[in-house]
Amino acid sequence: MVEKAEMIRVEKLNKSFGDLHVLKDIDLEVNESDVVVLIGASGSGKSTLLRCMNFLEIKNSGNVIIEGETIDPQKNDLNKVRQRVGMVFQHFNLFPHKSVLENVIEAPLMVKKIKRSEAEKEGKELLAKVGLGDKANVYPNKLSGGQKQRVAIARALAMKPDIMLFDEPTSALDPELVGEVLSTMKELAKEGMTMVVVTHEMGFAREVGDWVVYMHDGKVVEKGHPSELFSEPKEQRTQDFLSSIL
Amino acid sequence: MPTFAHFFETLLESYPVFFEGLWLTIRVTFVSVLIAVFIGLFFALFKISQSKILNWIANVYIAVIRGTPLIVQIFIFYFGLTEFNIPKFWAASIGLALHNGAYIAEIFRGSIQSIDKGQMEAGRSLGMSHTLAMRRIILPQAFRRALPPLGNQFIIGLKDSSLAAFIALPELFSVATTQGARTFDEMTYLLIVAVYYLVLVLIFTLLVNLLEKRLSASD
Repeated sequence: MVEKAEMIRVEKLNKSFGDLHVLKDIDLEVNESDVVVLIGASGSGKSTLLRCMNFLEIKNSGNVIIEGETIDPQKNDLNKVRQRVGMVFQHFNLFPHKSVLENVIEAPLMVKKIKRSEAEKEGKELLAKVGLGDKANVYPNKLSGGQKQRVAIARALAMKPDIMLFDEPTSALDPELVGEVLSTMKELAKEGMTMVVVTHEMGFAREVGDWVVYMHDGKVVEKGHPSELFSEPKEQRTQDFLSSIL
Repeated sequence: MPTFAHFFETLLESYPVFFEGLWLTIRVTFVSVLIAVFIGLFFALFKISQSKILNWIANVYIAVIRGTPLIVQIFIFYFGLTEFNIPKFWAASIGLALHNGAYIAEIFRGSIQSIDKGQMEAGRSLGMSHTLAMRRIILPQAFRRALPPLGNQFIIGLKDSSLAAFIALPELFSVATTQGARTFDEMTYLLIVAVYYLVLVLIFTLLVNLLEKRLSASD
């Protein structure tokens, strides 16, 4: 087997909000083209861990290493780092004052400063890819939740990131709209995108995940291939969690 | 009390002299509110800034302006700062601008802080700097949300510009008092000037409503 490049490494990561110790000595690595799924109960720290990976939250101690580079939030230009690490949010966070296409091309235009014609061409291709080629000039308020989230995925992809982070991308969706977002994510995984996904969709974790990480109370309890972790979890707490949700 | 016929007759006859005052009132209002919007934006950004010093500067400005009467502020620029020899128009405009600026700062601060935090995060996650995300993502949305209270503040500014009569700027209200004194027919001219202000406010309210409707097409 070919050795895969390391995309993200988290070492001894600690994060507190005031007195609340949310992440406790987290170690985790994500290799190229891996789909790593973070599961666990609410409040287990999985979203915070994800947000530490693109520095929307700044760790208290430990290291976050992106593509071999240890990122120091004081010294590194985080705006540059974030261009390599795309993020999709639970509540989409589309820009309501901009059309769908403008949402997608905003960062390429303003941050990468590429030409408008080129940005629009790439933006339209991305929208076609997520199945929304006909919605380019529509405003987000005219879209369903599933469509909004697919636009948000296209918007993140427009910066050509090396890594994509998904923070509960389907949790705010009506049940019948979950499938379209998951299948867009599946396609992305198939193309070899490195992905870290916080989700409660165990079907997705089982089918698409290369690794599943179970978190509890700010710690990584168990990490394994989905086939192993779901069928024969080693830890009692993992068993309890899985039996409570499956 | 003047009869309605007399009032109406005077209203129709006096328009040349009132229109001059009207034009001055409109100019003072637009100039002062325009400057006030810029002042307000800056102090709003000072207020939400991480810097304690900028917060403090904004708080002091707002406290001083809100805590003192507008007429005192206008008089300071005209009768107080005599060494600068500020013309009446600008003394009134600057006084009104500084005054409205303090209120508009609070309007902008509120509207900026009312934008969902996820908007800034989405911008930052795409590699935007804080400043760029503020300019491209937050402020356009905040401005839209600020429009109704801004319109309200504009109307207050329009009516407050009548205080410039006390530094003898020949704006609308000043025209009414001058004409009233000249003819000993104060009530008629006061009622006429009231009609002028009322019509101005109604027209402006209509314009703001139209603008709001256009901008809210995407909401």
